[in-house]
Amino acid sequence: MPRVKVARKSTAIDMTAMCDVAFLLLTFFILTAKPKTDDPSKAEVPASTQKIPVADANMITISVGMDKAFYSVTEQDVRVAVLAEMGKKYGNQTFTPEETRRFELTPEFGVPMNQLKSFLQLPSAQVADYKQPGIPADTTNNNELFDWIKMSRQAELGLHGKDLDVSIKADRKEEYPMVNKVISVLEKQKKFKFQLITSLRTAQK
Amino acid sequence: MAELDTSGGGKHKGGKIRSKKASTRVDLTAMVDLAFLLITFFMYTTTLQKPKAMNLAMPDNSVKTTQLAIAASRSMTILLGANNKLEWYMGEAGKSAPTVDNYGKEGIRKALIENAKKVADTHNGDEKLMEVVIKPSEHSTYENLVTTLDEMSITNIQIYAIVPITPMEVADLKTNKIYQ
Repeated sequence: MPRVKVARKSTAIDMTAMCDVAFLLLTFFILTAKPKTDDPSKAEVPASTQKIPVADANMITISVGMDKAFYSVTEQDVRVAVLAEMGKKYGNQTFTPEETRRFELTPEFGVPMNQLKSFLQLPSAQVADYKQPGIPADTTNNNELFDWIKMSRQAELGLHGKDLDVSIKADRKEEYPMVNKVISVLEKQKKFKFQLITSLRTAQK
Repeated sequence: MAELDTSGGGKHKGGKIRSKKASTRVDLTAMVDLAFLLITFFMYTTTLQKPKAMNLAMPDNSVKTTQLAIAASRSMTILLGANNKLEWYMGEAGKSAPTVDNYGKEGIRKALIENAKKVADTHNGDEKLMEVVIKPSEHSTYENLVTTLDEMSITNIQIYAIVPITPMEVADLKTNKIYQ
């Protein structure tokens, strides 16, 4: 009696299409990816129903978290210019090209001027663990945060001929007095229009 | 499919030397594995939700203009207290008892809509719009402020301002036990 033979099929699957799709998706994600910047303020922003996206360029962001203020500006050439100016004003410090380069690549920081030099000399492995004390922003007319913002705006005006926008990114649990301090720093330099950064509220309360 | 046609098309005359036909089929498994691994990595690391911005304009306090008095009958004051509580009152401070309220749809939003309607019903012309004064106290959080400002845009209130709180209002928050 002849045995029923089961036809042996090849187990190899054609993966060309799958490979195509995989690489298409990969390309998409690579192109849309924006590296997460280290955020020393650890600010978790509150939600709102606003839908205007935050601009990526031309922006000063003051982050507030743990009662400290952190400063960041998007433009790298402004960072370089403002570092030199701030050094001149606070204790006539000069920064080496390495320190300037490091500062240029630091997206956000919160270090007072008298510690900035040692902060920029830290080995890069230690930067993430370094507890940044925040930028002094007391109620006097000449605090460091005021000067950082003011000089950045001047540098931007000199380099690109426009004014920088300012946004405040505060932690949701931050108490109002600290936020008020930042707002009054802005008001003192006649910056009355600014943005509060929020995340989109997904479900209606 | 994946193979390329390597037959070279047609037979040549005479028995010429032909190179050996090698299969052009490549094993893509490893490549697909790698591609999916990278996709997974990028999917986890990207933030698809971009942060949103809320525009805020503070009044210019450098020029001392003659202060425009807020008409008491169409102004509503919101005091932001601690522990996610707030209180609001219409008109002048001390004249009407403040109402302690919560944030959200059933709390402040309802009050805002009702009061705006009352003001619109009792006023004419340009005065139909309600003015809202927001006064954050020391222990209110940034989230409270953002939520309140957001309510302004939800309930479509055109005129509002952030104003420092007065000691009298702080005392009132204290009596209602929502100051600390």
